[in-house]
Amino acid sequence: MLDTTEYDEDLIMFRDTIRRMVEKDVAPIAAKIDQEDDMPHSLVPIFGDLGLIQIMVPEEYGGPGGTLTMACIAKEEVSRASFAVSHLVGATSIAMALPLTHYGTDAQRQKYLPEIAEGRTLTCIGLTEPQTGSDVSGIKTTAKRDGDDYVINGQKVFITKADQAKYILLFARTSEGKGHDGISSFIVPMDSPGVKIGGSPKKMGLRGIKNCDLFFENVRVPAENLVGEEGQGFKNAMGVLNLNRPTVGAASVGIAQGALDAAMAYAKEREQFGQPIGNFQLVQAMLADMAIQIEAARALLYKVAAFIDRDPTHPQVPMYSSMIKTFASDMAMKVTTDAVQVFGGAGYLQDHPVERYMRDAKVCQIYEGTNQIQRLIIARAMLKG
Amino acid sequence: MKVLVPVKRVIDYNVKAKVKSDGSGVDLANVKMSMNPFDEIAVEEAIRLKEAGKAEEVVAVSIGVKQAQETLRTALAMGADRAILVVAADDVHTDIEPLAVAKILKAIVDEEQPKLVIAGKQAIDNDMNATGQMLAALLGWGQATFASELDIDGDAATVTREVDGGLQTIKVGLPAIVTADLRLNEPRYASLPNIMKAKKKPLDEKTAADYGVDVAPRLEVVKTAEPPVRSAGIKVESVDELVSKLKEKGVV
Ligand SMILES: Cc1cc2nc3c(=O)[nH]c(=O)nc-3n(C[C@H](O)[C@H](O)[C@H](O)COP(=O)(O)OP(=O)(O)OC[C@H]3O[C@@H](n4cnc5c(N)ncnc54)[C@H](O)[C@@H]3O)c2cc1C
Repeated sequence: MLDTTEYDEDLIMFRDTIRRMVEKDVAPIAAKIDQEDDMPHSLVPIFGDLGLIQIMVPEEYGGPGGTLTMACIAKEEVSRASFAVSHLVGATSIAMALPLTHYGTDAQRQKYLPEIAEGRTLTCIGLTEPQTGSDVSGIKTTAKRDGDDYVINGQKVFITKADQAKYILLFARTSEGKGHDGISSFIVPMDSPGVKIGGSPKKMGLRGIKNCDLFFENVRVPAENLVGEEGQGFKNAMGVLNLNRPTVGAASVGIAQGALDAAMAYAKEREQFGQPIGNFQLVQAMLADMAIQIEAARALLYKVAAFIDRDPTHPQVPMYSSMIKTFASDMAMKVTTDAVQVFGGAGYLQDHPVERYMRDAKVCQIYEGTNQIQRLIIARAMLKG
Repeated sequence: MKVLVPVKRVIDYNVKAKVKSDGSGVDLANVKMSMNPFDEIAVEEAIRLKEAGKAEEVVAVSIGVKQAQETLRTALAMGADRAILVVAADDVHTDIEPLAVAKILKAIVDEEQPKLVIAGKQAIDNDMNATGQMLAALLGWGQATFASELDIDGDAATVTREVDGGLQTIKVGLPAIVTADLRLNEPRYASLPNIMKAKKKPLDEKTAADYGVDVAPRLEVVKTAEPPVRSAGIKVESVDELVSKLKEKGVV
């Protein structure tokens, strides 16, 4: 494997440490997590002690002060064994560390980040509603000012890790009409009166992570829980997601690499017509194409991550962030499909990990903005010049 | 109390070693190298003593090629306070023999005055199992090798040793050398915050000449050979066939 991080001693140590942890603590239970649709909570302290859950919390608040490059390395390594478990990496980035760092008040940073920095608290983010997916401007959940409080009513769906989260960064409408402009974001403690966690639908992949329906009924939060200015919620959310979206690309690269590792091993071991299937040129072509696509995605991934680490406010960040998410997730879908093909009938069975990689890859093309929406963002940025 | 931990850079335990074509040793060019696993256990034990308030400072030392700096950074990221690198070879294939290593360590012990040296029981590359013992002899200190448990109480260490067929518990007066066996502890992962902090910890660079130690080899490697390849097994169709095959072989 060509190693994009090979010149930085710290990054190598970081990657090697994660690789060892994954081998010992994640890989042996990856299939079980998928089959039982349940992830053991005992992984939280392991990931927290390594600094992975809170990776983006700055050093001044007691966090590791990790970079996007590091978050991507960690996501890639963990996803290579378990995509579900990779959701513990940067599990507080988009709901806490990034929004508070970029848009929060000093008081909010002082109040929440030291707790997040300890690596035991999980958080979630709530944008999507039954009628509101790609078109965030359609958010119907409302937050009405009442004295020193806001009172929140509405429903969210698909909310990742809501069952384990202590806080949600919740997006709600603070003024009628005006589409995007009327949306604001709030930190809501999940144990607030009026917050109800509903069911978590059975999923094709990403099993082990719950995606919950959430109901908010007259939930009261103090006005100081408003993150950023009133009406700036949509803009801020997009800003934060742009800074984090490459990690979806990193997970995609990890999933694809895991599938290729499995396919390589199988191609050497499985014999047909009196020889290993890896001897057949049509199988070799599949393996070669898988490797080429993974390396290309990995190269773009770490290029974009380094770019964002260097210049997070550069106007081309959204475009490149969308590019790597789209390219890597489309790549992972194709590579994992081919990995199943290399396994033949065995690949279609749950006895081998490749069908799991294929099911997991699919959602990377959908969440954090579908690849169609990403392509719109890229083309619009290009045409605007 | 200060604890000194010598650490060696060796071929990573996951790498399948390949013998060089001339048989002079294992090919180490472009091969992944890591801290000797027994040394990692030694570092962990020293850090635990510090966390338990029984040691004030943990100093890691490595003797070898310049790249051993990475191994020391790992020790610092795990929690050692500072590190000393003694450059004693240029070529990654040069192994510094235990006696030369022990002599350099003695010079460092004279300078640093630790009360305890915790070393790995052996390095997984050459399996010499000699450095700790030689250092004890050179210093005239007591030694407790193959430790699976270590407890410090005042001026003595109580050490449980893994000996053939059982456990032996001994008490050794400090200063002393302890060598770590596999079951002494399970080393921690270096966390991201500690990897970041490790960059700022002091790492002194010395040479073997600074300590006046001649590192010229006393041994010559005559030949290195791969272990014999195991021949493939056979599949049997039934329990009866298994039993009859085993009988044929005279196993049952
Ligand atoms: C496993 C999982 C985890 C998730 N986690 C979270 C979470 O934690 N928090 C959260 O808020 N949300 C979460 N989501 C929701 C996710 O972000 C949305 O599913 C996603 O944004 C797409 O919205 P939608 O499902 O409503 O699809 P729709 O918007 O209904 O899209 C349907 C189809 O139409 C296409 N489409 C829509 N608009 C356009 C257009 N203008 N041009 C071209 N094509 C278009 C889409 O690309 C898609 O193919 C999660 C989803 C999943 C599956």
